[in-house]
Amino acid sequence: MTAIVELEHVAKRYGAITALHDVSFKLESGETVALIGHNGAGKTTLFKLMLGLSRPSSGNIRVLGDEPAAGEFAARRRLGYLPESVSFHATLTGREVLSFYSRLKGEPTAKIDDLLARVGLTAAADRQVRTYSKGMRQRLGLIQALFGDPLLLLLDEPTTGLDPALRLEFYEIVQELQHKGATIVLSSHALTELEERARRIVILNRGHVVANGSIEHLRRIAGLPTRIRVTVASGQAQRLSTLVGPVPNWREINGHLVEFDAAPSAKIDLIRRATDKGGPAEDVTIVQPTLDDLYAHFLRNHGEAP
Amino acid sequence: MKNVLLIAGKEIQECLRNRWVVAMTLLLAALALSLTFLGSAPTGNVGTAALDVVIVSLSSLTIFVVPLVALLISHDAIVGEMERGTMLLLLSYPVSRIQVLLGKFLGHLAVLSFATILGYGAAAVALVVSGAAITGGSWIAFASMILTSILLGAVFVAIGYLISAIVRERATAAGIAIGIWLLLVVLFDMALLGALVVDQGKTISSSILSALLLFNPTDIYRLFNLAGGENVSVLSNMSGIAEAANLGPLVLLSALIAWVLVPLTLAGFSFSRREL
Repeated sequence: MTAIVELEHVAKRYGAITALHDVSFKLESGETVALIGHNGAGKTTLFKLMLGLSRPSSGNIRVLGDEPAAGEFAARRRLGYLPESVSFHATLTGREVLSFYSRLKGEPTAKIDDLLARVGLTAAADRQVRTYSKGMRQRLGLIQALFGDPLLLLLDEPTTGLDPALRLEFYEIVQELQHKGATIVLSSHALTELEERARRIVILNRGHVVANGSIEHLRRIAGLPTRIRVTVASGQAQRLSTLVGPVPNWREINGHLVEFDAAPSAKIDLIRRATDKGGPAEDVTIVQPTLDDLYAHFLRNHGEAP
Repeated sequence: MKNVLLIAGKEIQECLRNRWVVAMTLLLAALALSLTFLGSAPTGNVGTAALDVVIVSLSSLTIFVVPLVALLISHDAIVGEMERGTMLLLLSYPVSRIQVLLGKFLGHLAVLSFATILGYGAAAVALVVSGAAITGGSWIAFASMILTSILLGAVFVAIGYLISAIVRERATAAGIAIGIWLLLVVLFDMALLGALVVDQGKTISSSILSALLLFNPTDIYRLFNLAGGENVSVLSNMSGIAEAANLGPLVLLSALIAWVLVPLTLAGFSFSRREL
């Protein structure tokens, strides 16, 4: 596989502020990567560096074979970008904006009508963009990012301002592109959405990459406990307790429901004992640490030992 | 080149949409027409060709109005798009920043040319309709007045881009643009005149004077149009200066073109270095 994006020891300083410290990673062809981090963690800076909108203070960046810092831009034909809170030339209509941008990418403008219909903008297409709501502008932004059959899509907070139905439509479009083999970088605050979609997660904190890997990999290295919830027959909680032995965060929610934590290494063993044949267990639910938990974990750890 | 034309087209479309084109054309036409009819009253119609009178009054007007209009449309071309966030998306497309700048320049120049030709042309048409006799020489002088007016506009569009490429905020760009306008259109000549009066011709020779005049694009324009044609220079009382300045039309024209190219190049350089 070829690296679509390659960053080597990239740092970016704005005066006294260091926005990115020694960031290195590679994105392979066809990968979907979630970039997460709070505001100011360096996500947007990273996008701008990949686009050549700003230059790294040190380190090297290659995007689709180009070196954006040197002003090379040929590869941007096959690159789609949706900036955070996108804005357009306000006096042009939606259709005019799209036809301008599609021609800049050397695309036929014939596809525009279909795309407008797909995101539900047909009725507003001939209105000036300044009359658009935030969600409508976001949809327009999404369409323009799809021009040129992108090999690489950089989506900065793409679903903000979209209602749930459009969010689904959006992820459907993303999935189609995944199937075509596009590399997609998503940043978002809605972590649960990313959890199901991204095969790799990069967590940024104050300009440092604090975690990089698949969600399973991150769960493993984080060592976060899995929450196990067992439903027992009435009044059998005590029996369960003797079966599993001493466990952290034991909690009896009511007579039927018991919860406890299991460290990754002890998980299987504990589940086996809790659901032992002839035991009190009637049902068991396993709650894996979510991306939210992992994110909180990596931020906390990074804060302690930077 | 295709990208440059696309961006120029978009710029023209925007100028049409926000009514810059209409406003500018109407302003120039209104001023030109009122000068044509009011301006001929004091001179009467004895001995002077009507179009030459119009050239004198219109080019004096151009020096004030065209730089102002040019700076108005150009000063926020870069910093304004950055502030509104539209530059971010545009520059993520396969275009170079130089192409963006040239496209904008071409678009703004087209708008300016359209307004000037139509606005000033209206004055000439009005004269023809009213039955004034116009010689071929006057027509040539009029055409070159329109051309240099557009060139003067181009100078100030380029200066506006340079301001826009350097500053961080639109308000700063507007402030500097007004300052530049005041300096080149009003203060420069006043200072030069003051210096000449104080000096009494002791140190400022005519060659120094002509060099100094080249430092101001509006003075180059003035020399070209008011001292250029024989009839016109007599009318405008500029023949004395023209002889003293000793600058041929070719030198003046090249100087005006240099005044376009230098700020435009600097703007391109500064914009290319800029980070978003």
